[in-house]
Amino acid sequence: MSIVPAPISALPWRVIGLLTAIAFFGCVVLYSSAGGSITPWAINQAVRFAIFMAMALTIARIPVQLMSTLAFPAYIAVLVSLVLVELIGGVAGGSQRWINLGFMQLQPSEFMKPVIVLAVAQFYARLPVGELRRWSAIWPALVLIGLPWALVLVQPDLGTATMILAGGVTVMFLAGLPLRLFIGTGIAGAAIIPVAFSFLHEYQQKRVLIFMDPESDPLGAGYHISQSKIAIGSGGIFGKGFLNGTQSHLDYLPEGHTDFVFATMAEEWGLVGGICLIAAFMLVFRWGIRVALRTEDKFARLAAAGLTTTIFFYLAINLMMVMGLAPVVGIPLPFMSYGGSSMLTVMLCIGMIMAIDRSRRQTRSNWG
Amino acid sequence: MKFQKPTRKTVTEASQSFSFTRRAMVLGGIQGGIGLLLATRMAWISVAENEKYQLLSESNRVNLTLIPPRRGWIIDRHGRPLANNRTDFRVDIIPDRLRDPRGTVATLARLLDLPADEVERIEGDLGKAHGFQPVQVAESLTYDQFAAISVRLPEMPGVAPTQGFSRFYPGGATVGHLLGYVGTASAKDYEENKNPLLITPGYKLGKDGLEKSFDRQLTGKPGAKRVEVTARGKVVRELTTRPDEPGHTVQLTIDAGLQEYAGRRLATQSGSVVVIDCKNGDVLAMASMPSFDPNSFSDGISQLEWDMLSQDDHVPLRNKTLKGLYPPGSTVKPMVALALLETGISPNDSVNCSGAIRVGNTLFHCHKRRGHGSVNMERAIAQSCDIYFYQMAQRVGMDVIADMARRLGMGQKFEMPFPSQSYGTVPDPAWKLKKYKEKWQVYDTVNATIGQGYMLINPIQMAVMAARLASGKMLTPHFIMDKKRPDAPSIQVRPDHLTIIHEAMSAVVNGGGTGGAARMQVPDVLLAGKTGTAQVRRITMAERAGGVRRDASLPFKLRDHSLFQGFAPYDNPRYAVACILEHGGHLIRAQDAGPIASDTLSFLFDPKKAMEKLETLEAEWGGTPTQRMAAQMAAFRASKGLETTLTPEEMDAANATVATVANVMAQTDNAAAEQPD
Repeated sequence: MSIVPAPISALPWRVIGLLTAIAFFGCVVLYSSAGGSITPWAINQAVRFAIFMAMALTIARIPVQLMSTLAFPAYIAVLVSLVLVELIGGVAGGSQRWINLGFMQLQPSEFMKPVIVLAVAQFYARLPVGELRRWSAIWPALVLIGLPWALVLVQPDLGTATMILAGGVTVMFLAGLPLRLFIGTGIAGAAIIPVAFSFLHEYQQKRVLIFMDPESDPLGAGYHISQSKIAIGSGGIFGKGFLNGTQSHLDYLPEGHTDFVFATMAEEWGLVGGICLIAAFMLVFRWGIRVALRTEDKFARLAAAGLTTTIFFYLAINLMMVMGLAPVVGIPLPFMSYGGSSMLTVMLCIGMIMAIDRSRRQTRSNWG
Repeated sequence: MKFQKPTRKTVTEASQSFSFTRRAMVLGGIQGGIGLLLATRMAWISVAENEKYQLLSESNRVNLTLIPPRRGWIIDRHGRPLANNRTDFRVDIIPDRLRDPRGTVATLARLLDLPADEVERIEGDLGKAHGFQPVQVAESLTYDQFAAISVRLPEMPGVAPTQGFSRFYPGGATVGHLLGYVGTASAKDYEENKNPLLITPGYKLGKDGLEKSFDRQLTGKPGAKRVEVTARGKVVRELTTRPDEPGHTVQLTIDAGLQEYAGRRLATQSGSVVVIDCKNGDVLAMASMPSFDPNSFSDGISQLEWDMLSQDDHVPLRNKTLKGLYPPGSTVKPMVALALLETGISPNDSVNCSGAIRVGNTLFHCHKRRGHGSVNMERAIAQSCDIYFYQMAQRVGMDVIADMARRLGMGQKFEMPFPSQSYGTVPDPAWKLKKYKEKWQVYDTVNATIGQGYMLINPIQMAVMAARLASGKMLTPHFIMDKKRPDAPSIQVRPDHLTIIHEAMSAVVNGGGTGGAARMQVPDVLLAGKTGTAQVRRITMAERAGGVRRDASLPFKLRDHSLFQGFAPYDNPRYAVACILEHGGHLIRAQDAGPIASDTLSFLFDPKKAMEKLETLEAEWGGTPTQRMAAQMAAFRASKGLETTLTPEEMDAANATVATVANVMAQTDNAAAEQPD
């Protein structure tokens, strides 16, 4: 027994430390991005991180049982909000992603990212094992994923829709559906796309091509990516030094404190900073996957791995975007990009993984 | 594989758990793999392609502004400037930095008093422009205008007042055709040569004349200013500035004073004067008037001014010294006489001039209807007797005359630093056969001996002919001072023959000949020369019978050309001159080719006296060419119903000037044609 009280020493300090380090680095980059000032971004981000971390630690105390019970109600609630946004947007005459609650603006699609994972996980947890090879194991999950996916896609928010789809499919994969389903779908998709593409009009094809390869249009859609690559590429191995980034400070890099914050970081910290950041995220994912592997409960382990993968998708899509491997879809980099919504989602995921971790330890200690 | 088989049929809790573990690990592995891939991608961009992106980042950050090089001067033989650079205040707009295009342009228009068409031009340019490529608002501003804009800069982001240089020609219109002018590069220039300097505001290139021919030497190396700018174009700080290197100076053989004098002395006539140094062929003056003012051309000429110039029947846009081709008229008679001497005809051989001679079935008249009586060579030249040459030429034939014409530079294309030139023709039987597939006729010879028919000459060729007659050397025109001018070979004419011609040409001016009006005002300097009249219309049979209509009664375009070629001093030739007046018609004595040539040469001997005479004359003509052009412009604007920038008093003065010029011209209608030849 140490001097530190048990509830405190029982906290997952390693993960907290890791996330705090990433968030602190994020604040440092935001400090530079604001031209060497903690206002307006760095300080807000730090305070927000502290609040959300507290929230995550609170969520961590929720029993997994409650989470699994709430999975479907939460899913229904978020789905209804998505329909609401669509209706409000239709009335307002334009695309709409927000519900204004008065004190804050709520973006339901953001919540759908973790909730879809919980809902699909809950579905497979309840599904009798024997049903797994039947059609009835597939279509309900597809409906669960398809509804929010379609609603978000028409907003239109391709990035979030992709993440909802990927999160749900990941859980389906983990649940043990036959591999050939995934491989077959993949091959069929790869075969259909070129055929479908050839049916498009020339201008539509052009639009798709520019979307896929934005650098072919350097003054339009490709401007963000070109400037981002210039920022990363000109940073070199060790970067231009803290506060010395020209791309970000002279405003060549658009969205340098939000979606393209990685480029801002890479310009000043170079390859070294980038590799350290990626490595830190990999440690977080390793933690998440290990939590999933050690958990016995079916819902819990599917949820833990699925939520971890959701965070991973943030990182992967964002980095591919800033490095010119993916179209600009507006997915922020967790803990680094300035903004509350994404941090809230990611912290929800983290909190739930912590909760799963905590209940696992408790059951083990109870039994052992 | 061992576990795969049973799971296919029935999935148990244990197998599902096992499959989860395996798949979660695969998922973790994929995540790690993608992480590694992203790290590799980043390493590729930041290490392998680092140099490329560093360059791009630098070109983002650093904005290079070219400083147009100062253009080299063009100086005359004494080092006086013919074209130099004046400090110029100008204003441009940097489109990228502009926040309120309409408001800014409106403010500038108000501050600078810009006319509506200019505002339209600026807005059009702004619509086409993008980035940092500046759009010109105005140049040649006064210091007050420049200051007025400079103090308002904080309210007008994107407006860039700069201090630059603009081309200045002290000689104004008198050097227009000689030097040409400079102007901004055309879109075509930029298409051909994507040099960013071409679209830098303030950069001008030679557009015509010597400015164009020597553009390479005159253009210096541009300077550059490197500034750090934000994406919105805000200058953060200045990095380095490299000053421009001015272009080389070009020294001409032209005498600036003489050039200006010649231009002014051409008065209201449409004509040209060329003066050549008889020692080495240096061209001392080459004036073509009326002309455009290269100063206003270099600032960008207005559509109105262009209209005025192109509608003028005195063709101010044509360089008459190089592009004008005229029948030489009687000015070829000394040349023909020289050819006669070479074939052995004695200067004392006489011909009886009865006023007309029948060649074939046509009656050819002498300009003097009553006839000259008995004429020898000297009298024939001095009195410009046509009958003498008609008869003598028939004796020797065209070939010897054509040969002499060519030796004297007629029909020859000289190597001159001008973009283009037209050169005259020396017809002979072979030429006619080739060109028209017709046989040479006797009347062709007759026509050619008095410089009519197919024979054509341009003013510079006529000056060369005068210089070769004067010096007996194969002089060619030179324009560049530093070029080594080799001694010209002889034209292979016996000196005593030349002396006979010189004496006869002196008699034209000083011995009661047709050129008496051209007698030099300078004591002890005798001018030798030959007058000429070139018909531009066919004389009708009715006129042949009833008398040729007088020029005064003819419209301008049908009047005869008036020509004069000569040299001074006659006994020791130093300078040769040629003057051709289009449709001059010998109508105004002071503005005839002879007196203009004579006064121009007198400037070389006694500049003060020549200048006094010119100033007295100009008072009658309505001022200097610049004043007359300004008046003409004002009247033209008024006639188009446009507002003028002149005050009412200035407008009255302008009208008065135009009236004076018109009067001078009108006198011609009443004047008698005193000197037909």
